[in-house]
Amino acid sequence: MCLAVPGRVESIFAESGVRMGRVNFGGVIKNVCLAYLEEIAVGDYTIVHVGFALSRIDEASALQTLRTFAELGLLEDELAELKGGEDDALPEACAP
Amino acid sequence: MKHLSEYRDASQARAIAAEIGRIARQPWAIMEVCGGQTHSIIRNGLDQLLPPSVEMIHGPGCPVCVTPLEVIDRALAIAARPEVILCSFGDMLRVPGSRDNLFAVKAAGADVRVVYSPLDCLTIARHNPAKEVVFLAIGFETTAPANAMAVKLARQQGLTNFSALVSHVLVPPAIEAIMQAPGNRVQGFLAAGHVCSVMGWWQYPPLAARHRVPIVITGFEPLDLLDGIRRTVVQLEAGRAEVENAYPRVVTEEGNRAAQEVIGEVFTKTDRTWRGIGTIPGSGWKLSNAYSDFDAELKFAVAEIHTCESPLCRSGEILQGSLKPHQCPAFGRECTPRHPLGATMVSSEGACAAYYHAGRFLAHAETAPGAVP
Repeated sequence: MCLAVPGRVESIFAESGVRMGRVNFGGVIKNVCLAYLEEIAVGDYTIVHVGFALSRIDEASALQTLRTFAELGLLEDELAELKGGEDDALPEACAP
Repeated sequence: MKHLSEYRDASQARAIAAEIGRIARQPWAIMEVCGGQTHSIIRNGLDQLLPPSVEMIHGPGCPVCVTPLEVIDRALAIAARPEVILCSFGDMLRVPGSRDNLFAVKAAGADVRVVYSPLDCLTIARHNPAKEVVFLAIGFETTAPANAMAVKLARQQGLTNFSALVSHVLVPPAIEAIMQAPGNRVQGFLAAGHVCSVMGWWQYPPLAARHRVPIVITGFEPLDLLDGIRRTVVQLEAGRAEVENAYPRVVTEEGNRAAQEVIGEVFTKTDRTWRGIGTIPGSGWKLSNAYSDFDAELKFAVAEIHTCESPLCRSGEILQGSLKPHQCPAFGRECTPRHPLGATMVSSEGACAAYYHAGRFLAHAETAPGAVP
């Protein structure tokens, strides 16, 4: 729950009056709530926890983080967790 | 099994670890509070890169692991009701309650659903007006903004068939409790970077000063973690006890004010029992009086249920850092991720599961009791 992956905001929209965005996590796109980051814009990178963007990070360090995660295999776990919620997967799918 | 040495860019990690070896002139015990950091340290073998004089103690920062048995038993009782759809983060499904876990209740026919975001519960509630949708709202400060917003939006959207079983826990009171515990060995802390992204780090200087303990706000990448350890050792060797932010690309001193405001509106501080540790004053959040109509505990009148932990499970000692997972006699034998005796073996952020998945159970037979791995 705490090992959040940085994602890139692809688009911003409103759903039931709530500010939402399509966020790209290394190829996996999820709807994310942007209500806590009024200033975030398309193209920005953000740290996301359980579907909520909580901090804006600069692109260079976000890309560096993604590269390091990919090289060290950490991305697989977090992406499995992202996908897991979508198809009602059993928790085994979330484990490393 | 994946070890850091198999990765190409391990040279930088080794360089920082070697630097730590040069700096550390005496033995130091440092706690990483967050389970996500434990997972990263063990999975990447970072603790094995450190000099023997620097020991990492794995802290209680795994939300699944410290959620009290009573809460799981209450969730099980609610989930068994025919009108209920119980929603939870995936990790919680296999956490053993007194008799069952949510997975078993689901297999027996209950409607238990894994959600990625608490907002998914609101969609489910809208689509199932004849059902009661209950969200098991657990976690540290990182999940609180999402969980609080779900409750706030449920009220705004007039969703009366949604409620939350809230069991939130907080990092600073846990650090306080660890420092006050008799026999405490922790001399420095890596503070959880993502908790600080929400709450900021302004709460930590009084803790560092009061307990003369360095606190370094640290990220989750291997190099972040090693740098956090390096900075902590530098402080310890110099006799300093300050708060340092080693994760400035994500963490600011004030944190996310908008999130703090919604948390302050929806939740209120409460004493909280931590599984394996006991009650820590002011260490949790519950729904505020203004939002009590969304409190599943009141809505379903779930009575206090007497609970009993497995007598074999020593997760309390694991969570307090006095026992390493592979030193537990049940580790990898009676207790595995598929058949966990305690929550620390369930969650990928739990120390026991992290050790198991990294193949550390192999050390079981080789390590003498009480030895440092």
